[in-house]
Amino acid sequence: MGVEPWERDLLAKDSMRLAPDYFDNFYDEHIYFSKEATSGGQGVGGGGCGCN
Amino acid sequence: MQLKNIKGKVSVATCSLLQVTASVAQASDTDWDIDTAFLYYSESDSRVSAFEPAVYAGKELGDGERIDLRLVIDSLTGATPNGAHASSVAQTFTTPSGNSTYVAQPGETPLDDTFMDTRVAVGADWTLPINRLSRVKLGLNASTEYDYLSLGVSGTYIQDLNNKNTTLTAGLAFNNDTYTPEGGIPIALSPMRAPGDTNREGSDDTKTLTDFILGVTQVINRKTIIELNYSYGMSDGYLTDPFKIVTVVDPLTGLPDSSALVNVNADALPYVYEKRPDSRQRNSLFFRAAHHLTQDVIHFSYRYFWDDWGITSNTFDLKYRYEMGASYLQPHVRYYMQDAADYYRHNLVQGADVDASGTVLLAEVSSDSRLSKFATTTLGLKYGYAIGKNSELSVRGEFMNQAFDDANVRAGEETPDLDAIILNVGYSFLW
Repeated sequence: MGVEPWERDLLAKDSMRLAPDYFDNFYDEHIYFSKEATSGGQGVGGGGCGCN
Repeated sequence: MQLKNIKGKVSVATCSLLQVTASVAQASDTDWDIDTAFLYYSESDSRVSAFEPAVYAGKELGDGERIDLRLVIDSLTGATPNGAHASSVAQTFTTPSGNSTYVAQPGETPLDDTFMDTRVAVGADWTLPINRLSRVKLGLNASTEYDYLSLGVSGTYIQDLNNKNTTLTAGLAFNNDTYTPEGGIPIALSPMRAPGDTNREGSDDTKTLTDFILGVTQVINRKTIIELNYSYGMSDGYLTDPFKIVTVVDPLTGLPDSSALVNVNADALPYVYEKRPDSRQRNSLFFRAAHHLTQDVIHFSYRYFWDDWGITSNTFDLKYRYEMGASYLQPHVRYYMQDAADYYRHNLVQGADVDASGTVLLAEVSSDSRLSKFATTTLGLKYGYAIGKNSELSVRGEFMNQAFDDANVRAGEETPDLDAIILNVGYSFLW
């Protein structure tokens, strides 16, 4: 399991980041936070909202 | 498409060795990574619409130090459910200010159309290296809206191991939020009253949120990386929604019934203000993976959530990035399902849940549909196009449906499906 440093060509692509679409992810978190009873899991911080 | 920006580092969950690799490669880069976006969100039946422009800026400061900044403006208009359910008779409600009324016609889900707000949120993260394999990230968040103020701090420790194939994360966040609702804080479980007469216990209240996360990111092979997080959170204080009410119904007719509530207030309407517990313990396990095919990339995530309110949820999310040279198409599907909170009730039955004096016999109750059993399905498509070497324009459209479980609900009182469209445009570049 794992790779050597010279084997990171594909892993280093932006598209291979675990959350590659920053604002897509941000907007989704905000929308579903306001429309569903459960949220979180990806990290801590990010601020609150009176929407739920 | 390989853009230079490394904005994903903003998220704790993306603090993988990939970003470390990227930041090392770009340590001499003095450009700002800029990401701008605009969201339009619109619900069916003239319910909530949101316009949300946002900008993110991040910059390497050298030697692994980094700063990330975010500004979001959120403008909301429309009508939102007040918690009461549809009835075969017209229903009259008092607005949150206590000054006027609004009416739901027979068969209509009651919506408070006085809902309107603008929220401004700012955030800043400062990443500091400890040594070659570890770093800390400190964060500040603040948001303000007409009736809500949120202030938060966070700190995350990130440790690389195993030739940077493994990254461990431990984070802690603390939030202090203040609610100052229009009209004040209603007395929980007391009747909604006619205009000009209110049941209020103060002008504002607070809640605190403490969140903790432990995570591990692991490179499996040249094409696959995974992440697993456990999160634990505590919410304490005023967790009730001051704008939500619960209908009291006659046990025989099922119609709104204020016959006992008038013993509390002579001008009582057949609704009481909801009450939620004043604490909540939240847990989640979150897994996600990215896998590179020959050209395309698959992203998958799953979250299992449980809390001491009796709510559990499962969330599945799948994206397929189809590469087309300088552009890509990315279909997206998300499926979410949750169980109801223990204290969720469709309504209160006179005689069983409310005694003859008008006292609610339950310690907590809410009929907020977001606390009921339901499922959310989202389908979307994104198109991204690289403009030059370091910028990208993207457009995303999604359709969301929420279907509520109406088993054991009297005909005509069902919670209708909620449909919404999500459109956002993004433009990222170096500056």
